[in-house]
Amino acid sequence: MKIASDSQRFALFREEAKSAWLELIQGNRPLICTGMSTCGMSAEAANSKKAMEEELREKGIDARSMNVGCLGLCYAEPLVYIKIPGKPMICYGNITPEIAPNFINEVFATGKTSTTSATFTTYAVSAASSRSGSSSEFLRERCLGTLDLPEMEKMDSLEDPALPSIWEHPMIKPQIRIALRNCGIIDPECVEHYIARGGYTALEKALGMPPEKVIEEVKASGLRGRGGAGFPTGMKWEFCRRSPGNEKYLICNADEGDPGAFMDRSILEGDPHAVIEGMLIAAHAMGSTEGFIYCRAEYPLALKRLDIALQQARDLGLLGENILGTGMNFDVSIKDGAGAFVCGEETALMASIEGRRGMPRARPPFPANAGLWGKPTNINNVETLSNLSSIINQGGNWYSKFGIGRSRGTKTLSLAGSVRRAGLIEVPLGMTLREVIYGIGGGIPGDKACKAILTGGPSGGCLPAEFLDLPVDYESLMEKGSIMGSGSMIVVDEDTCIVDTARFFLSFTQSESCGKCTPCRIGTRQMLSALEKICQGRGETTDIARLEKLANTVRSGSLCGLGAGAPNPVLTTLKYFRREYDAHILEKRCPSMVCKDLIRYYIDEQKCHGCGLCKDSCPVGAISGEKKAAHVIDGNACIKCGACLDACPDKFKAVAKGAAQCVY
Amino acid sequence: MKNKAAKEATEDEVQEILKGFPSGKGATIPLLQKVQAENGYISAEAVREVADFLELPESEVYGIATFYSEFKLIKPGRHHIKICMGTSCYLGGGKELLDHLSRELEILPGRTTEDGEFSLETVACLGCCSKSPVMSVDGRIFGGVSLSSADNILAHLD
Ligand SMILES: Cc1cc2nc3c(=O)[nH]c(=O)nc-3n(C[C@H](O)[C@H](O)[C@H](O)COP(=O)(O)O)c2cc1C
Ligand code: SF4
Ligand code: SF4
Ligand code: FES
Ligand code: FES
Repeated sequence: MKIASDSQRFALFREEAKSAWLELIQGNRPLICTGMSTCGMSAEAANSKKAMEEELREKGIDARSMNVGCLGLCYAEPLVYIKIPGKPMICYGNITPEIAPNFINEVFATGKTSTTSATFTTYAVSAASSRSGSSSEFLRERCLGTLDLPEMEKMDSLEDPALPSIWEHPMIKPQIRIALRNCGIIDPECVEHYIARGGYTALEKALGMPPEKVIEEVKASGLRGRGGAGFPTGMKWEFCRRSPGNEKYLICNADEGDPGAFMDRSILEGDPHAVIEGMLIAAHAMGSTEGFIYCRAEYPLALKRLDIALQQARDLGLLGENILGTGMNFDVSIKDGAGAFVCGEETALMASIEGRRGMPRARPPFPANAGLWGKPTNINNVETLSNLSSIINQGGNWYSKFGIGRSRGTKTLSLAGSVRRAGLIEVPLGMTLREVIYGIGGGIPGDKACKAILTGGPSGGCLPAEFLDLPVDYESLMEKGSIMGSGSMIVVDEDTCIVDTARFFLSFTQSESCGKCTPCRIGTRQMLSALEKICQGRGETTDIARLEKLANTVRSGSLCGLGAGAPNPVLTTLKYFRREYDAHILEKRCPSMVCKDLIRYYIDEQKCHGCGLCKDSCPVGAISGEKKAAHVIDGNACIKCGACLDACPDKFKAVAKGAAQCVY
Repeated sequence: MKNKAAKEATEDEVQEILKGFPSGKGATIPLLQKVQAENGYISAEAVREVADFLELPESEVYGIATFYSEFKLIKPGRHHIKICMGTSCYLGGGKELLDHLSRELEILPGRTTEDGEFSLETVACLGCCSKSPVMSVDGRIFGGVSLSSADNILAHLD
């Protein structure tokens, strides 16, 4: 019996994977995990890892080393977790290459008292200060908590008081991690880890269900597309399933074009099999036999890990012909995107896969009826797909328990900008902006005021701080003129110019417009030039009305979401930050001191000690002054690069920005 | 890859790349990607070869090569610098970083220095937005880059 043998073989593999995983995470060898996703790498995680390994070798410590994806605590990268036999796994942050050897020393210091005696977490510093300093200050400062997993033996930390769990960390506690369930926990290049933690059980379950039933379950979950449009996933699948034809394509949209979003990258780098399993479930539901993952070329690590994962899945009989002996055939190939934002739009994406210029086309026909090469096609986002195995395993009703109104489940958000704890998070829909930014994100650094929140990227909007109590869900954001988009959330403080931000977004959409429709092609250019004019102090009062009119034309006259969404940053900033526009136009003043034409740099002679650092830093020789005497900036020569402001020592703070004498 | 980047693409080399590549549907973009991976850029000659190979008009292949920002039509430098101009990096000082390097290297973004050592380019987000401003040099990503740390990174390339 082939069927029995294939699934039996897989069951055996799973048992072996499970015991290997348990042996890894609580066996008798120390384990060192390093967060090695792109964000970790940008913080030199690879060098930290090398330095730790060298130190271990030198000390003759036999430890295992493992790469993990991203836990989402970007602000504390590089992240390292250490598991010493008999003790809980402990997560540490900011382990830079310079301190890595010392870190290993501290962790493995011998002695009766526990070596990993970091008693406090960085977030509990206040509690820490009241404690006696018996444990290593060094470790204590960097400890983020114990990383306990349900499958681990419950292990009381021997510390006094016990170390808090990382799941209690203020950045993680409010989260519900479904799409991110394995991110930062498993080695993304080890399929065994994924399988040991329940991977591909949902596939087995789904394959035992009639496709209609799978679709029902996804419908019941209330899951909506996480790529931006928020269309109900189950319904989209049903269209494709019912569409006549034997050849149906499934595309995973991993283009992640919003310049400021990184959730899909993190999932692909941290848990690629979750996406593949999601694709398999979708393929079964729709009767698709061929899949594509369209991934942007700017994500080389994601592409590499996907490639490895696909090969592993093939080797295990999870992709290819007669999957797990059920007779299902399905395989997936990767298509590298070539760097065009519009290619995230589904019809443009398909044109790109077909090898053409990625230009959107009118719908209908919808992809479900005539998609890739004219065949029925379904397109889903990376995060949408990563949710599916949990939905199948735990049921649509379970998933729909999270969320608010018509926005069910969870959403990953990439939290960046002016926020203390930037990173990747997953929250139940409906959590307020305040809980996200001040709770999870820890607020604004330097205790500056939050000025605005940019959601949804270049097609999204700019919401003022007065909306901090707005729930983050599709409808609430839309109501205020913004969108959820892919889930990027960028916090800006008082030092950011709102008009310049709108100009930035428009310059992006204008240069990414594919040029097919006139309102988008010409309209974005005209809006951009109006905004440029305003930022340069050449704006006129009539520009505001003109911008509004253009915005409405572009919004209604564009074929695809790029054009339709491009005016959002302009409209929301005009609506909520009209005063900043007025300051630029009427007073020729940039209140945040950002727009170069409206500011000047000067040196406060009272504060200047004549150290000369600014003079050395100036690329155009605009600063003069003798040592120990006050320096001056020649306003005509100055190109306003800001180098002198950075160079002037904090203890003097003599260089400042001021309003330019108006020339217009 | 970065050494290859400096190499001039000859007709033969393009032919070599094209050999054994399926000329099936949707092959243009992967083919151009392959050519670029091998030669570092897409020369006018390469466009012609690819068009011949796929039996497409040259203008169509050229149209595709210019549509996607990934394709470089001028020869990149021995070291390739990309400055992120995504939202988070722009707001976090990426523009200042770009202006600075543009001044230091005396080239505009999109160009290569005369000695062929450096090329400078912008990119719309490298996916580490929490580490802004971000730049990549020869594929290695650096976060939280200041003007002086950028100088330092470039000074220590081999
Ligand atoms: C200009 C534009 C860019 C888009 N970029 C992306 C993207 O990068 N990733 C994505 O998943 N969806 C993107 N979308 C949305 C897709 O068109 C499509 O709705 C989505 O991939 C469907 O998957 P979902 O239902 O799972 O969200 C974009 C749409 C537009 C109009
Ligand atoms: S709206 Fe803009 S990007 Fe979309 S099809 Fe029209 S021109 Fe192209
Ligand atoms: S802003 Fe730049 S150009 Fe102007 S004085 Fe300072 S360092 Fe020189
Ligand atoms: S910790 Fe991975 S996104 Fe940064
Ligand atoms: S905005 Fe620069 S990495 Fe995303």
